[in-house]
Amino acid sequence: MTNENLIPKVGVITDIRKDTPDVKTFRVVGTDGKKLFEHMPGQCAMVSVPGVGECMFSITSSPTNKEFMEFSIKKCGCVTEVLHAMEVGQQITVRGPYGKNFPVEEDFKGKDLLFIAGGIGLAPLRSVINYVRHYRENYGKVVIVYGARSKDDLVDIEEIKTEWMNEPNTEVYLTIDRPQDDWDGHVGFVPAYVKELGLNPNMTAVLCGPPIMIKFTLAGLLELGFEKSNVFTTLELRMKCGIGKCGRCNVGDKFVCKDGPVFRMTELDELPNEY
Amino acid sequence: MFKIAKERLNELYSKIAENMPLFMPIKKAGQVNYGAYEAGVETSVETLKTVKSPKDLFFPQSENMMKFKTEGKNIEVIDIRSEKDAFVLFGVRACDYKAIDVLDKVFLADPVDTYYQSRREASVIVTLACSKVEESCFCKVFGIDATAPQGDVTTWMDEGYMYWQANTEKGENLTAIVKELLDNGGETEVKAQQEATKAVIDELPFSNLDLSKFKPENLNELFNAQEWEEMSEACLGCGTCTFVCPTCQCFDVRDFKTNEGIIRYRCWDSCMYSDFTLMAHGNSRTTQMQRFRQRFMHKLVYYPSQNGGLYSCVGCGRCVNKCPQHLNIVKVIKTLGGKDND
Repeated sequence: MTNENLIPKVGVITDIRKDTPDVKTFRVVGTDGKKLFEHMPGQCAMVSVPGVGECMFSITSSPTNKEFMEFSIKKCGCVTEVLHAMEVGQQITVRGPYGKNFPVEEDFKGKDLLFIAGGIGLAPLRSVINYVRHYRENYGKVVIVYGARSKDDLVDIEEIKTEWMNEPNTEVYLTIDRPQDDWDGHVGFVPAYVKELGLNPNMTAVLCGPPIMIKFTLAGLLELGFEKSNVFTTLELRMKCGIGKCGRCNVGDKFVCKDGPVFRMTELDELPNEY
Repeated sequence: MFKIAKERLNELYSKIAENMPLFMPIKKAGQVNYGAYEAGVETSVETLKTVKSPKDLFFPQSENMMKFKTEGKNIEVIDIRSEKDAFVLFGVRACDYKAIDVLDKVFLADPVDTYYQSRREASVIVTLACSKVEESCFCKVFGIDATAPQGDVTTWMDEGYMYWQANTEKGENLTAIVKELLDNGGETEVKAQQEATKAVIDELPFSNLDLSKFKPENLNELFNAQEWEEMSEACLGCGTCTFVCPTCQCFDVRDFKTNEGIIRYRCWDSCMYSDFTLMAHGNSRTTQMQRFRQRFMHKLVYYPSQNGGLYSCVGCGRCVNKCPQHLNIVKVIKTLGGKDND
């Protein structure tokens, strides 16, 4: 039994990286310079700017990083707007970790893994991908398909190019929605690209991105012969408490904050379509 | 069992209030709600249904949670929680008492909500059995016996006396405080009253609603039922049902700036409101039908599925009385609950 007082810890922003025109990645440590708390890939944290509000974000850094935590945040609301205007050294508050993580130590072990992300949807997957890279020998082949509106909207592109693309037994496929002059890579939406790639349906797949991308990508995967029980995704709903009490993220008999945000597609099939 | 003559009840209340804060149905500005007993108040323990349930003694309508002080780039988080002194909650009816059980399963589930827990542990609950019921009552549907509520102490009342029976150690301790005011007796009177009241309850119009269809395995069928559109058509989204409901537990968390720093507080919220699920990138429930459906699906299907079949409705009938559009859970049960409602 644990107590939850919803009282956050103070975090200090030690680095801000501008990933895209509207996404920044914030590096955060405690006031003692140490990592605020441990988490598992896929888990989330409540980040707040006192006086403005508190929101749930996925922790994008891998748990194997023992020094700090990172959050990739898209500017799209009140809190994120204030966060984006912040400078290094600014304090914020953080509490967590919340939710269920990806089954990296259970279902994923020994499997070939397929990660499919769209836009800011890479944020929760980055945590898993880097975890898998850290314990590389525990996992099979890794295939990453990542798409964004334009080449400027690809989050973490430096890490993808310098690290992920050079990782053994790892394939990275990037795509953008529309052609751009200085882009010689693939052009097209993620779902179509996934079908084109003719991926091996025995892989365990993890999807994260806008709902429309998930819907069509999943349909594509099923056509390729993927089993729904081997496909995972994350849900995102409004949350206030993070511990299954405030009622906001309720879908069917689940609370996304507590029972999610990671769900197996077969679990989602049992829930009412209201997310 | 003990008894006390009704004309001496004020002595009983005073005696309790001398020892610890006493909250009970009080008439104020034409309404009866739970309030602090003090000299000069008009008590109204006979009132069957207070406008609001006693839930805000554990889960206040608005509650400050913490404070922040900011200076330049720095933030200081101040824990403002304090030890809660013991208090007595007096006159709780069987339905409202059951509702506390429903709330416990939310707030005391792991991880424990410490704000709720501290008040809950500080409470000594004295229940009052119902003897006069209303047509809008339907607690029997949820297996609640209005004539035998539990709690730390159970009381019954007839024309002449209040009868008193301690059920727990906390109840025994409270009994010791008021012992000098109590006489022995009452078993026969209580038994007779219980039988008479049960006979009336059996005849209430909503006492035999059929809930058999509300099972986890029917979740998607119920969710997709065509009837939601028509049932919710008149809903104004005013949220009255959620505010008077003894089991509704949804809350919002907000910050406000004061001269002495930023206060983070929580307050009751309602799934009937359009911005309840609104996020920067969209809303998972855009229509009033979806919000209406959420409220009843949660009470009758989702909550029971999470809590071993326990419904999150106790049949108090407040929503039946208060909805300005005469929409309520009884209509939902009659429409979707099972064939015996026809």
